[in-house]
Amino acid sequence: MSATSTQLTPEILVTGGKTFADVNNDVSAPLERFPAGRWWAAFAIALTAFAIGALLAANMFMKGLGVLGLNQPNGWGVFIVNFVFWIGIGHAGTLISAILFLFRQKWRTGINRAAEAMTIFAVMTALIFPVIHTGRPWYAAFWLLPYPNQRELWVNFRSPLLWDVFAVSTYFTISAVFWYVGLIPDLATIRDRAKNGIRKFIYTVLSMGWRGSNKNWSHYEMAYMILAGLSTPLVLSVHTIVSFDFAVSNVPGWHTTIFPPYFVAGAIFSGFAMVVTLMVITRELFGLKDYITLNHLEKMNKIIMATGMMVGYAYACEFFIAWYSGSSFERFAFINRAFGPYWWSYWIMATCNVIIPQVFWFRKARRSIPVMFVVSLFVNIGMWFERFVITVTSLHRDFMPSNWRYYVPTWSDWGITLGSFGFFFIFFLLFCRVLPVIAMAEVKSIMPNAQPHGGPGPDSTSHGSHSKESAHV
Amino acid sequence: MSNATMERPLIGVIGFFDEPGALVQATQKVRDAKFRSFDAYTPYPVHGLEAAQGLKRSPLPYVTLVAGITGCSLAFLFQYWTSAVDWPLIVGGKPFNSWPAWVPIMFELTVLFAGLSTVAAMFAFNGLPNIKRKSFDPSLTRDRFALVIEAPATGEEEEGRGAHRKFEEVDASQFLKQAGAGEVRALYAEGWF
Repeated sequence: MSATSTQLTPEILVTGGKTFADVNNDVSAPLERFPAGRWWAAFAIALTAFAIGALLAANMFMKGLGVLGLNQPNGWGVFIVNFVFWIGIGHAGTLISAILFLFRQKWRTGINRAAEAMTIFAVMTALIFPVIHTGRPWYAAFWLLPYPNQRELWVNFRSPLLWDVFAVSTYFTISAVFWYVGLIPDLATIRDRAKNGIRKFIYTVLSMGWRGSNKNWSHYEMAYMILAGLSTPLVLSVHTIVSFDFAVSNVPGWHTTIFPPYFVAGAIFSGFAMVVTLMVITRELFGLKDYITLNHLEKMNKIIMATGMMVGYAYACEFFIAWYSGSSFERFAFINRAFGPYWWSYWIMATCNVIIPQVFWFRKARRSIPVMFVVSLFVNIGMWFERFVITVTSLHRDFMPSNWRYYVPTWSDWGITLGSFGFFFIFFLLFCRVLPVIAMAEVKSIMPNAQPHGGPGPDSTSHGSHSKESAHV
Repeated sequence: MSNATMERPLIGVIGFFDEPGALVQATQKVRDAKFRSFDAYTPYPVHGLEAAQGLKRSPLPYVTLVAGITGCSLAFLFQYWTSAVDWPLIVGGKPFNSWPAWVPIMFELTVLFAGLSTVAAMFAFNGLPNIKRKSFDPSLTRDRFALVIEAPATGEEEEGRGAHRKFEEVDASQFLKQAGAGEVRALYAEGWF
């Protein structure tokens, strides 16, 4: 019948001829041995960075926001840059766990656990910034959440800043729940491997009594799919609403309709760069090269290049619309971005985000660990500068030249930024030691011969049904 | 060992399989033999097992739908009440009930309610958390598959004569062996851990 149809070769997602038992042994090994010196060194660096940030933040709470580089007209600076940067980092995790799940991209199983962990820690890091930016973070709940209080007023539901409170907190909650649901079968695996009594008790509680009953799997898989379906529009809404923080205002350079898609593409771009950075290190240190293979990394590099070009298109489109709009303020804002006092930040952004990822046109570059590691670092830097360009250049020269200023971040700005990286890596390093960095149950389900009829194994379903069909003919 | 075993009630008979295809076939046979209650245990979800076991589609999506509609309505009503009833305040020269500005929060609460309720319902349907439960065998979260034919709970009378095959330890064990199980043994209720 369909003689012309091509027989697709199933993709090998786990290399090295691993068995199911090997998956358990390889993934659980880092959890079951005492951390190596390299881990302690990394942890000490992360703690130090966080301590520096925490001390500078404490100093800021005592003296006030004046220790930052903020002043009229720059009400927003590095803190908001960091907020958008970290939220953006998180988006790749949800893209991998939810959107690639709905598209049945089986290669996601190797990387989704670590990417989701990255999402949660990145969102936690991001949440620090708007809260400490209030200057008195202990009042943050009072200002941000709509609950009856002695002011008798309500928060302003027409403000994008309030939409952000709901978007980011929902995003954090749903991502954390999604991640935990995914962890339950693997926590049961760790529980069943545990020999130490305390360890067994902890993982027994965490795994909630999961036994792998098929009646349970039936509800579990349904819940997982629904969560993926809910997370997909959620993740797109989050950076859309973050972009509304800018786009709903009337500042030149911010007040554009391209912002939501442009922010979402940029978020996925920067997030994937961070995933590549972290995965390259993790697979090396924990010996997981058979699970996070070069094929996985190559696919992520393709996504980095694709989203990088979307971002590049947005940069060009913004310029065109600024000219086409005929608004002199818009035109000035963009010429000022590229050729004004902050020209250097604009060209760092354009080089890192648009030009450098073009090396991924070459297969050799996509499959070279040193090349992709360096490119991913450049993309991280470039995307930080993108948010810097947006936040700072639009504000520092707005409508009235008498109000212009050159914004320079202070040591407090930089130190607290450093502290945020420390905060993120503390959590990520702890995660690598106490939870399985690869979704073992999911990886097993896509291994050869994991499914009775075909699946990714050599006898695929289409082949089976095809032979049945020809038998009928 | 044997004394302790005698005191604990029998909860069923477990048969182990090394291969998912054999498990699916055996599950089909156990189902066709009309054993009243049985369940399969696997380290990862196996395709086709739900059909072999005769499980109905999970009703979770209805929970999601109801919770999502609830979240969306509550978000709308709360924003309407605060903005137009409790303390009407003109913002940006718009009407008090300018609902398009409320859509982002309505969407977020839809997702929040739907997601949390789905997970809560999944836990409830699965009887989780219940940390008294432990694995029947450590290999079941590693690389083996099992089928358990369950005994009627203590005190519960075996009803439905004719419609169901009566549970007897020897009969169930032999059935599992014939269905292709490698190792078959009786399962007894256990306390903590």
